This record gives sequence, structure tokens and C-alpha cells, in this order.
Amino acid sequence: MRPDLFEAPDYYNLDELLTDEHKLVRDAAREWVKREVSPIIEDYAQKAEFPTEIINGLAEIGAFGPYIPMEYGGAGLDQISYGLIMQEIERGDSGVRSTASVQSSLVMYPIWKYGNEEQRQKYLPKLASGEWIGCFGLTEPDHGSNPSGMVTNFKDMGDHYLLNGAKMWISNAPFAQVAVVWAKNEEGRIHGLIVERGMEGFTTPETHNKWSLRASSTGELIFDNVKVPKENLLPNKSGLGAPLGCLDSARYGIAWGAIGAAMDCYDTALRYSKERMQFGKPIGQFQLQQKKLAEMITEITKAQFLTWRLGVLRNEGKATSAQISMAKRNNVDMAIHIAREARQMLGGMGITGEYSIMRHSMNLESVITYEGTHDIHLLITGLDITGLNAFK
Amino acid sequence: MKILVCISHVPDTTSKINFSEGDTKFDTNGVQFVINPNDEFGLTRAMWFKEKQGANVTVVNVGGADTEPTLRKALAIGADAAIRVNTQATDGFSVAKQLANVIKDGAYDLVIAGRESIDYNGGMVPGMIAGLTQANFVNNCIGLEVDGTSAKAVREIDGGKETVSTSLPLVIGGQKGLVEESDLRIPNMRGIMMARKKPLTVIDPIDASAETTSIKFEKPAPKGAVKLVSADNLDELVNLLHNEAKVI
Ligand SMILES: Cc1cc2nc3c(=O)[nH]c(=O)nc-3n(C[C@H](O)[C@H](O)[C@H](O)COP(=O)(O)OP(=O)(O)OC[C@H]3O[C@@H](n4cnc5c(N)ncnc54)[C@H](O)[C@@H]3O)c2cc1C
Repeated sequence: MRPDLFEAPDYYNLDELLTDEHKLVRDAAREWVKREVSPIIEDYAQKAEFPTEIINGLAEIGAFGPYIPMEYGGAGLDQISYGLIMQEIERGDSGVRSTASVQSSLVMYPIWKYGNEEQRQKYLPKLASGEWIGCFGLTEPDHGSNPSGMVTNFKDMGDHYLLNGAKMWISNAPFAQVAVVWAKNEEGRIHGLIVERGMEGFTTPETHNKWSLRASSTGELIFDNVKVPKENLLPNKSGLGAPLGCLDSARYGIAWGAIGAAMDCYDTALRYSKERMQFGKPIGQFQLQQKKLAEMITEITKAQFLTWRLGVLRNEGKATSAQISMAKRNNVDMAIHIAREARQMLGGMGITGEYSIMRHSMNLESVITYEGTHDIHLLITGLDITGLNAFK
Repeated sequence: MKILVCISHVPDTTSKINFSEGDTKFDTNGVQFVINPNDEFGLTRAMWFKEKQGANVTVVNVGGADTEPTLRKALAIGADAAIRVNTQATDGFSVAKQLANVIKDGAYDLVIAGRESIDYNGGMVPGMIAGLTQANFVNNCIGLEVDGTSAKAVREIDGGKETVSTSLPLVIGGQKGLVEESDLRIPNMRGIMMARKKPLTVIDPIDASAETTSIKFEKPAPKGAVKLVSADNLDELVNLLHNEAKVI
């Protein structure tokens, strides 16, 4: 891959709305991605392998639970810092960002919010330092957009729970030490359980041949009469609202992340358009190419402000799930379109791994699907504004 | 060992440089600022002294409040304390006088400055502060070791290197070679968190007026268009290089 020459667009001086600490955190993540992720990521994506060598670095830049309090090994940062870190990581690769999102929002967040003090002490510091990697099991083979239909279940056996069922499409599953698994109890109520690698009857086969998020490892979680100690149940929240609370946090991070992917595609296409000569001119001088670039920067700028505002609302504890859905849906869609247009601007060169665009483009196909599909988020907005439920 | 690292806050090399007010002022609009690269090599070497020899590291900048993010970054990288002399940096001599005052006050054993800052490229400050504080001075320093009060410094000279032995108190004008680019540190999250609690002291400037004032800035002439000469027309190429470009 070519050297990473990324320069972040900031057309409306969003930087002036950020604190010095936000910028310090963001710039550290940006430099780290340039130095540690960009040079290796294309190779890993081509090999369809997760670059385990960057786990330490991810922990060091605060990608694992940046908003978790410092007493549990987190960084105690605000939501905008979290978003900016996700943006920078996804600027490098959506797969790497997925690993960070899952660890922060889908594993550490539920243990912090729904767990007891013992569980927090036991798991959070090791997850923050990257010593343990976690995964989140909600989706099942027959229940994706409709997780409330899940069939994975556990029975109270007196001194332990007995867990049975299967989860599918689980990021980090093949190498995670810890899984936060959502399953129904005998009354059909959804609870979160912490399942650890090594428990008898628990296996995590890898899902092969993905064309997307190739540098992220995806797999299944299979529970065949797994004995889960009772102290591994997350006691402080149950029902579908529990996993959905985690998804709010992760989707918020994805909204920022998608801006990163879009920025990288735009920046690459802009640079290329000034260098590539055809018909005796740089292609950036043709109106058709300018239209693409002008629309890209317009959409990126709109997304930056939408998402910054959402961050302020989240810092104040006021962001609604529906507001988060809007940003996730808008930004991922924006990024996938920009990736596609940017890819075309590079002509044949856009097809190879020399440039990051096609990798982003393929990655975003997962991002637009997971954490609520593009359609599902639209229905959430629809429900919110009409009060009429299209899911039922 | 008490080390003072002088940090200048300079435009990133990728910034677009413009001048305002009839080409008399540098236009900072939209410009990203960074730690001066020569100073960053020095700061990284200072971190080595901190970790290996228990040195205490303070960073200092002469400048307005807008330079504080750069000092915070130095604290996040690992410096123990920061000082900002609250005045606009104008010419080299006035900055050197402010720094010399800080150095005398803090009784630093080793002062690491950058050989030059990449904004105005004056290259005067390190030598001047050595003079003003009567410390030893090694410029263009590409290697430094300290043992007790004696020091061994490597200096870049035309086409080679010179190793000099000297003693503290010492001022160096540092550059790449003190450490390599791959040694430069990215602040990690722990460092950023710890920097919150570290002191950043703002002190009033002493009376030290500038001895020089810039009158006008000019940018280099823009690059001209490229002339393509076909490969089978060598005579034309030689002719152009000789008569037009005047390089052969
Ligand atoms: C790479 C990758 C990583 C993933 N990581 C994780 C993970 O870590 N943990 C986890 O739990 N899950 C994960 N997922 C799963 C992901 O969240 C689901 O794929 C997603 O929720 C969609 O579910 P589904 O694939 O079953 O599609 P379906 O729900 O079957 O949807 C198929 C299509 O039908 C549409 N549709 C469904 N319902 C409606 C409706 N009511 N109205 C209109 N249209 C509808 C959808 O929009 C979609 O277009 C991951 C997925 C991928 C691809």
C-alpha cells in the first residue's frame, strides 16, 4: 500500500468546537493509525486476518473503554473523545474499529452498567488493557433484525445456569476470552451472561470467506449445555432494553467511525484528482469530478455537525435511541456513497489494494448491516415521528 | 539532573502558509500547530534521561495562551511540568532573554533546545541562552550522554561527526539523531490523563524588548510549468538545460 498521506478535512472549522483535550486525544489516535495501522492493514485484509499485534496499541490510545471510569482501567473521557477515537480508527479500517467498538460498547459497557462491583473489578481492567478481548452475542441464525425472537436460553440448575443455543456473525468471537451473551431465562426474559473461553461445551467456530471486514475476525458462539456460574449473570438490567442500551453506545461510535472512512476516501480522491492527468489536465479540473468532490465534502461536513451535536447530547445524557439511529443510518449511508464515488474517481487504480478506498467500500457493507440495518434504523425514525410501529 | 526542554509551537509542515496585513504578519487562520520537530527529538531524548537516569523534565515555551495545547502534549508525552512565559515570541534575542531568566530561576543542569525552529528558522536561541547563562554549548547535536556532571555529545559536522566531551551546565541545539523518527512518542491515554494533573505554570515576562522587527515576508516564486521533451530529442534537452535552465 502507498504511504498514508491523510489530511483530515475540516471545512467548517469543527475543531473550534472541540476542547484541547479532544484534539490531543484525536491527534494521538490519528498519529497512531498512520504509524501502526496504515502500513499493515491492507495485508491483513487481503489475508483475512485480524492484526493481533495492534491490540496493545489500541489499548494505549484508549480505544478500549475510553469513557469507562479510571478506577476500572478506562480513561474517564467524554463521549466526544470516544467518538473521535472511533473516527480515527475507522479512517484506518472499519474492521479494526469494529473490534474497538465491540470491546468498549458491547462488552465493557454492559459489565460497567449492568454488572455488579465484583464483575467490574474482575473484567474491566483486563479488557481496558487489551489483556482480554471480548465479544457480544446477540444475533442468532434465525433472529437478526428481530433479536427479541432469540431462542438461546438458560435454565437455573440451583448452583449454576445451563446455557444452550447459538449465536452467529459475532465479531471477535474466534479469539475472544470473554463473551457477553444474551439469552432467555425460563420465563422468556432476556438476560446478559458472561461466558468465558474454556467453559465446557462452549465453542467459537470462525466464519470464513467474508468480502467485508476482512481484517476483523467473525464467528459463531455455540453453547452446548454450558455450565455458567451464577455470579456470571449481569444482575442490574434485563429485558431487550439491556442489549439495546449497549447498541446505543456502539451505534453512536459507528456514526463517528463512518465519518472517518468517508474522510479517508474523500482525501484520497481529492489528492488523486490533482495528480492524475487525462486529456492534458488534472482530472480534478473536470466538472464531473468536481461535482463528486464537492458533494463529498458537503456530506462529510453535514455529518460532522450532526454527530458532534449528538455527542453533546450524549454528554448531557439527553440523546435518544432514535437520534442515534438517525446518525448511524445517515453517516454510514453517506460513507458508502462516498466510497463508491471515490473509487470511480481513481479509475483502475481504485480497484487494487494500493489505495484504501475499495477496502472501505467493502467494509461499509457490513457497517450498513450490523448494529441495525439501514432499513431498521429508518423504521426507528418512522416510529419515532409517527408513533406508528412498522415492526408489528 | 534537572532538564529544561525548550518547545516552540510551529505550523505543521503541511500547512498552507499565507501572510496578512500587507505581507507583514503570518496568517494563522486554519493553520495546525505542532511541537517543533527539532524540539521533539530533544524532548524524546529527555524522556530517555527521565526513564533511565531519573531526570526531572520541565518544558518551556515563550508564547501566548494559544500555545498551551503544545505544552499539554509534551506533558502527555511524559514531561513533569510545563512553564509558559506569557508574551508573544518576537525575535530570537528577546526569546533567549526570557528563557535565560527561566533557566537561572530553575537552576537547570541541562537545557535541550532545537537547533532551529521550522517556522522562522532563526537558529539563534540555543547559542544565545548558552551565552546568557554562561553554560557550555553544543550545537547540531545528534547524540548526548550524561554521567554525573560530565557529558559526551556528538555533533554533526560537514560530512561527518565530532564527539565532544564537556560538562554541565550545558545547552544543546538538538536535531534528528538525538533519537530517530521511529522513537518519537505518541501520547498514550494514561499520559493524557496524567497530564491533567501536572502543573502548567504561566509566568510574567521580564522586560526584554526585541532588537529586530520583521518588515515584510515573501513567498518563493511558484513553480513554473513542466516542459516535456521527448526521449529521442536529446539535443533539445541539452539545449534547454544549457540555455534556459542554465544548469549545465
Ligand atoms: C461482519 C459482521 C459482524 C457482526 N458482528 C456482530 C456481533 O458482534 N454481535 C452480534 O450480535 N451481531 C453481529 N452481526 C450481526 C448483525 O447485527 C446482523 O447481521 C444484522 O442485525 C441483520 O440481521 P440478519 O443478518 O439476520 O438480517 P435480517 O434481519 O434477516 O434482514 C434481512 C433484510 O431484511 C430487512 N428487514 C428485516 N426486518 C425488516 C422489517 N421489519 N422491515 C423491513 N425490512 C426488514 C433488513 O433490513 C435486511 O435488509 C454482525 C454482522 C456482520 C455482517
